[in-house]
Amino acid sequence: MKIQQVSVFLENKSGRLSEPCRALADAGINILTLALADTQQFGILRLIVRDWKRATEVLEQAGCVVNVTEVIATEVPDRPGGLADLLNVFENAEINIEYMYAFTYRSDDKAVMIFRFEDTDAAISAMQKADVSVVNSVELYSRAGD
Amino acid sequence: MSTAFAVENRVWDPAETMPRTELRALQLRRLKSCVERAAHVPFYRDAFKKAGVSPDQIRSLADLKRLPFTTKSDLREHYPLGFLAVPRAEVARYHGSSGTTGKPTFVAYTAEDLRTWADICARFLTAGGLRPHHTVQISFGYGLFTGGFGLHYGVERVGAAILPAASGNTARQITLLRDLEADALVCTPSYALTIADAIEEMGDDPASLPLQFGHFGGEMWTEEMRREAERRLGILAFNNYGLSEVIGPGVSGECAARDGMHVQEDHFIIECLDPETLEPVDDYAYGELVITALTKQAMPIIRYRTRDIASLDTCACPCGRTTVRMSRVVGRSDDMLIIRGVNVFPSQIEEALLQVDGTAPHYLIEIDRPGRLDELTVKVEVSSDSFSDSMSRMQALIDRIDRRIQEVTGVRARVELVPPRALDRFTGKAARVHDRRRLP
Repeated sequence: MKIQQVSVFLENKSGRLSEPCRALADAGINILTLALADTQQFGILRLIVRDWKRATEVLEQAGCVVNVTEVIATEVPDRPGGLADLLNVFENAEINIEYMYAFTYRSDDKAVMIFRFEDTDAAISAMQKADVSVVNSVELYSRAGD
Repeated sequence: MSTAFAVENRVWDPAETMPRTELRALQLRRLKSCVERAAHVPFYRDAFKKAGVSPDQIRSLADLKRLPFTTKSDLREHYPLGFLAVPRAEVARYHGSSGTTGKPTFVAYTAEDLRTWADICARFLTAGGLRPHHTVQISFGYGLFTGGFGLHYGVERVGAAILPAASGNTARQITLLRDLEADALVCTPSYALTIADAIEEMGDDPASLPLQFGHFGGEMWTEEMRREAERRLGILAFNNYGLSEVIGPGVSGECAARDGMHVQEDHFIIECLDPETLEPVDDYAYGELVITALTKQAMPIIRYRTRDIASLDTCACPCGRTTVRMSRVVGRSDDMLIIRGVNVFPSQIEEALLQVDGTAPHYLIEIDRPGRLDELTVKVEVSSDSFSDSMSRMQALIDRIDRRIQEVTGVRARVELVPPRALDRFTGKAARVHDRRRLP
C-alpha cells in the first residue's frame, strides 16, 4: 500500500540535478516519476523507482545524501473538482499533507497522485473509510510499464 | 574526591611534580640565563635597550613583564636566521613554518635543544598512556614542519615502536594501522576524522582498528571532535600543544585526568594576557598565550605572542603534577573576525553547529561586504542524519542553526546547506574562513 520514495539533497547549482540522474541511468534504473522542490540555495529531488533499495545504494555510492520515506499513491478522477473532493477527505479527517505531486502515468479518466503525509497510517485509514482507492506498489509499477 | 583517570597515571620526569617554590626558583635561574643568551641577538639587544632593561636587572619572575614581546613579524623581519644566538656550527637542525601569509620563518635547534624537545614530548606521551611496548603511527608530515620529527623523537624517547607513515595517502595509512596493529595514532584531529570517514566509505567500521589511543595536535579542535574521534575510532584521544617558534609540539599536553594541558614550566614560562591591553587575565579567563622559552639555546625566544586564545588553570591537578594547565586553544587573536562590529571567533560558529543535532563539525565561514554591511554566510554539510525529504523540516533545521549561531555569537548568519564532503578537509591547520571583504 505504501510506496517507498527516494529523496536526494541537491545544491542549487547548475549541473547538480544531472549527477543523480546520470548515476541512476548508468545503473539502468528507470525513474517512474519525480518531483523537485527547491529554494534559492538547495533543492530536494524526490523519485519513485521500482528498485528503491538499489537506487539508494547507487546514489549513496555517487556521493549523494539520500533519504527514503513512505508515500501513498492514489487515483484521482480526471475532471474538474476531482482533486478538491479528495483533499476534502484529508481535511475532514484533519490529516496534514506535507506535499504532493502528480504521477506521469494516467489512464482512462483517472490520474494518479503521490501524497506525503505527516501520519501515513492515519491517511490510509481515512482514505479507506472514504472509499478512495490507494494504488499499491505492484500495480503502480506495472501500470507505469516498468 | 577520587578521580577517574583515563589511563594509568604515570610521570616521565620529576620536574613535572616539583614543588612550586622550587620550580619558580628554577624558572628564575633559567630566565636570567635566557636573557643573557638573548642579549647576543641584535634584535633583543635593541629591544632590551628600548625597554630600558638589562639582563642583570632580572631579579625576580615579576621582572618578566619588563621584557619586550616578540611577534611573528619580528621573526619574519629577521629572516632567515636573525634570531640565532649560537654560531651556525652549533646548529643541529632547522625547522620552519609554512608562511601562509608571506615569508616562511625558520627556527634552529642545537643538539641540546633536540634532547629537550624529545624529553618534553616523551612527558606528554607518557602522561597520555604511551608505554614502551606500544606501536605508534605518526601521520604528521616529516619535513620543515615540527609535528613529524617532534613526535617521532618523543615516541623514540619513550621507547615505543614507530611507524613513520608521514602525511597523505589515507588508504595506505589505514592499511598500515590495521596490518601493523598500531596502538596509537599521532596526527591532527581532523586527519583522524578523515581516516574514520575513509574507513566508513570502504564499508568498514573504524572502531575495528586495533587503535587504543590518539595523540592529536597541530590545529584547533573541540571537545565534540574529541568525542566523535573517540566514538568512531574506539580510542582515547589526548590533546597536545606547541608551536615551532618556541620549540614545536611538547609545550603542553594532557595527563590521565584530561582536564587541561600541563605546561612544561621548567622549560617555558606561559602568560595569558588580554590581547588589547596586554595585561594578565584571571585564571580561567580567555586571553592570548605569551610564551618564553627558558632553555632554548639556538634561538632563545622571549615573550612570544602566540596569537592563540586559551585560559590557564593554576589549581592542583589530581595527577600530582604541579605545573599550570592550559585549556584547549579556542581561537586566534588574529582570527578574531569583526562582523558588523561584533568580535566573532570561528570556534564559536563551530560550537553553535555542534549544539544542533544532526550537523557535522565541517563548515566554512564566508564574509562579504556587498554594500555597507558585512554579510556572514555559514556553509554547513548536510548529513544523512539531518537530511529530510520535507522542505519544512529542512527549513526548520536551517532556522535552528541560524538561531544557535546568533545566540552564541550575537551575529545573524545566512546558513547554507551543502552536500557532504563539498567542503575541503585539510591535513594541516584547517582553513575554515574566507574573508572576502575589501576594506578601504
